Amino acid sequence: MKELRLMKGNEAIAEAAIRVGVDGYFGYPITPQSEVLEYLMLQKPEERTGMVVLQAESEVAAINMLYGGAGAGKMVMTSSSSPGISLKQEGITYMAGAELPGLILNVVRGGPGLGTIQPAQSDYFQAVKGGGHGDYRLIVLAPNSVQEMYDFVETGFDLAFKYRTPVMVLSDGAIGQMMEKVEVGEQKKRLTDAEVKERCPWATTGKDANRERNIITSLDLDPHQQEVFNHKLQAKYKEIEKNEVVLEEIQTEDAEYLFVAYGTSSRICQKSVQLARAKGLKVGLLRPITLFPFPTERLKELGKQVKGILSVEMSAGQMIEDIKLAVECNVPVEHFGRMGGIIPSPEEVVEALEQKLK
Amino acid sequence: MTEEIIIAGFGGQGVLSMGKIMCYSGIVQGQEVTWMPSYGPEMRGGTANVTVIISDERISSPIISEYDTAIILNQQSMDKFESMVKAGGTLIYDGNGITRHPERKDINIFRVDAAAEAAKMETTKTFNMIVLGGFLKIKPIVKMENVIAGLKKSLPERYHHLIPVNEKAVNRGTEIVQEIQKA
Repeated sequence: MKELRLMKGNEAIAEAAIRVGVDGYFGYPITPQSEVLEYLMLQKPEERTGMVVLQAESEVAAINMLYGGAGAGKMVMTSSSSPGISLKQEGITYMAGAELPGLILNVVRGGPGLGTIQPAQSDYFQAVKGGGHGDYRLIVLAPNSVQEMYDFVETGFDLAFKYRTPVMVLSDGAIGQMMEKVEVGEQKKRLTDAEVKERCPWATTGKDANRERNIITSLDLDPHQQEVFNHKLQAKYKEIEKNEVVLEEIQTEDAEYLFVAYGTSSRICQKSVQLARAKGLKVGLLRPITLFPFPTERLKELGKQVKGILSVEMSAGQMIEDIKLAVECNVPVEHFGRMGGIIPSPEEVVEALEQKLK
Repeated sequence: MTEEIIIAGFGGQGVLSMGKIMCYSGIVQGQEVTWMPSYGPEMRGGTANVTVIISDERISSPIISEYDTAIILNQQSMDKFESMVKAGGTLIYDGNGITRHPERKDINIFRVDAAAEAAKMETTKTFNMIVLGGFLKIKPIVKMENVIAGLKKSLPERYHHLIPVNEKAVNRGTEIVQEIQKA
């Protein structure tokens, strides 16, 4: 029988971590995601599965613990909110550079700086364009429900190990704090040492006599070799763009106008679609579920179908740049959003559409 | 069926727990639910509110600006949310501490004096359950047996001996709710 729970997004992601058999969680508290660490501590996962849960001395320490754990082929994750994620950027680019898998949750709050503790989506650029230094990308998943917070832990780790790359779950304060019905999965066993060796032949799991030693590093002092490595990374990102785009469409079949929104904004836009259609406006919604890779191809097609696109994001307008690139100037694209932790109402979104595009 | 509810009052009145019990009850009877709290500075002494949506369908926005029902437990919340009830919607309030009573003529208004009633019960902490009883009398969107099942799920086991007191409080709420105005 399926097991249903009422949980906050932050609790769902923590419970999922235990149930999919994550080996280690390393974090540092910050609103609005402190429940992740709190829930894990209360659950005593060391007794349930042997999972390690540690409050690190700082965000920087936590992300470097991920580097270490991932280097040994372990399933490791961390979570934070915007200012804490900025602190983690050095560790994240090192992980990308050393091709290490791992899961990083950002429960975004208003910025810049310490900003507010309310929900925002102003970390889009940081998440999808690199964030740290160097030519790298993260796979970025954008849940819009508590159920997806739960589900994306397993999805995220699958992708992280498939491509040997850090994966980010880009959430926000609203999804972290709200409670919804969640169907939780079966408890899975953590991988044994032998299983880890089999899955991660590259990991530092102890050298046998019959193989070369494995080295985990992002450093290569020879620029030619570093360029070869960069080409390899870029080929990997191309492969990800080819295979891993996930999106959801709502009432796009006959749409004359299109909202594009992810996360909390996409929930608001679902209601805005209903409100707009009640007024006789044929509006649809495209929700990117993966922000990198971005659903460029589908947007390009829809760009030929609709008269205008409204990018709705709780920011000054970041995702709009990727939408514009996708539609190649075939259709007007405008942005609507609130900032600093204010969540727009579904009515405001419809008004914005009418003012900017009709 | 979709019911969009705001519950608003002081921190400590059990606003958030009342919303949680509604959600659990909804889950027990197979519905979709969302519970979206106000969080932040206001939690630390001041007003607390939560938006609860219970629906037979997938729920779109968890954040809304108009409600089918507002359950209002202090004056600040009355000032903020009275205008946000949909025309023809329902406003339920506790008269305790209310200096300006609701003025709209296009909504249904009910009063449930739960604070006064809670003072007469074994524990005043049943206040929110009395309010919930009043709400369920007017809008029976979740069945009483599912509320009890929901209570069992939302309360840690060490508090399960309090379920009968809570049940009594919910029943008391259904008895004392008074209709003030029909739209």
